[in-house]
Amino acid sequence: MSELIGRIGFLQEGPFAVARWQALFGNMEQLWQGLLVTLQVASLGLALALALGVVFGVMSSSTWRLPCAIARVYVEFFQNTPLLVQVFMIFNVIPMLSKGMFIPVMVIGVIGVGMYHGAYISEVVRAGIQSIGSGQLEAGLSQGFSYVGTMRHIIIPQAMRIVLPPLTNQAVNLIKNTSVLAVIAGGDLMYAGDSFAGRHGHYGPTYIVVGMLYFFMCFPLAVLTRRLEERLRAGE
Amino acid sequence: MIELVDVSKHFGSLQALKNINLKIPSGQKIVIIGPSGSGKSTLIRCINMLEKPSSGQVIVDGVDLTAHRAPVAKVRQSVAMVFQQFNLYPHKTVLENVSLAPIVVKGVPKAEATESAMKYLERVGIKGHADKYPAQLSGGQQQRVAIARALNMHPKVMLFDEPTSALDPEMIQEVLEVIIDLATGGITMVVVTHEMGFAKEAADRVVFIDEGQILEDGTPEHFFEAPQHDRTKLFLSKILR
Repeated sequence: MSELIGRIGFLQEGPFAVARWQALFGNMEQLWQGLLVTLQVASLGLALALALGVVFGVMSSSTWRLPCAIARVYVEFFQNTPLLVQVFMIFNVIPMLSKGMFIPVMVIGVIGVGMYHGAYISEVVRAGIQSIGSGQLEAGLSQGFSYVGTMRHIIIPQAMRIVLPPLTNQAVNLIKNTSVLAVIAGGDLMYAGDSFAGRHGHYGPTYIVVGMLYFFMCFPLAVLTRRLEERLRAGE
Repeated sequence: MIELVDVSKHFGSLQALKNINLKIPSGQKIVIIGPSGSGKSTLIRCINMLEKPSSGQVIVDGVDLTAHRAPVAKVRQSVAMVFQQFNLYPHKTVLENVSLAPIVVKGVPKAEATESAMKYLERVGIKGHADKYPAQLSGGQQQRVAIARALNMHPKVMLFDEPTSALDPEMIQEVLEVIIDLATGGITMVVVTHEMGFAKEAADRVVFIDEGQILEDGTPEHFFEAPQHDRTKLFLSKILR
């Protein structure tokens, strides 16, 4: 076996040498640890993004000028500046506001991806709400529901069905975007992978495995998105 | 008691209502008739403030709904509306459609709201479909559910905005019968309709509106037999062929 390996050059040396794979698979704890952090940041970030998305989505679909304007500013700001700039801002600038203030990196990650994707989800929610005919709003209001009550009991449950596919798509993007934490030593999967790879030079196998771990998190959601879209189309 | 005082409504450059003055005493069954685009739907939608008048006052049970911070939602609880397009909640069952607002808005205990919902569903002949979704029902059945939904709020006033206009001809009668049956009760009813049959059979009063103004206001006999305006006569000649 080793003779066979010896004859095939790229398995013996180079970026994908067997020894590198062995080193990686022998030291997976760091990656698992990073994966755990990524999952935590992604799930908390998604919860924050959903909450912000619903609130700002309702605000920007309303006819009240002030809430609508606030929502537009939020959405346009976060959609049109890079996530990396936002994360650096939270990481470097906010602690300078008060001496000794320390924000755990994981919190930065949750706030960063949460606010960034909250803006996108807000647009998804707004489009969903606006796709529900005005007759539903009028029916709710005519029965004495408040605007918020009509949204909660009548409009949003219907809009949710429609926005579910684009929402899962946002979840995929959010998971991938947690990798920006790597640049501020976030301890996430990308960071764990990169620091392991950098220490020993095992870049090739490490990036492949890290990429595959992201893939295994995202691909089921992508499949779910497609299923939901099909179901929605069938239901019409 | 519903009172419209000098109500005008503009949509951009179009004036849909021109200084409407109308008093509807409690318990009256009033039919509003007029050609399409006459402003009759706008008028009835001003009563529950789905349209905000551009000027004038809408006073329901002594409450001026056009006043700043008027308790509009509170008043709407006792002013139910039945829409042309039914506007049932498609994600809720028939029973939930009828019981949702009493439970959430009025705080009626669920068991009680469900029981009264079943009572009203029986009254409109839909009891057997209580667990279905609106999309599984015919238009006539959906509109009857919408009437039960309105009734379960125990309203003092019911507004009907062209309740039979979106229905296939063979379903108009089943809905009309329900509305005519309701007219025997004490609820104030305001009905925008093209159904002259209803106006003749069940109304106390007919108002004819054209180009945003009230042209005729009187008993059904007066309206059908002795209309004052040529415009009304022309309208009647077309509709009563």
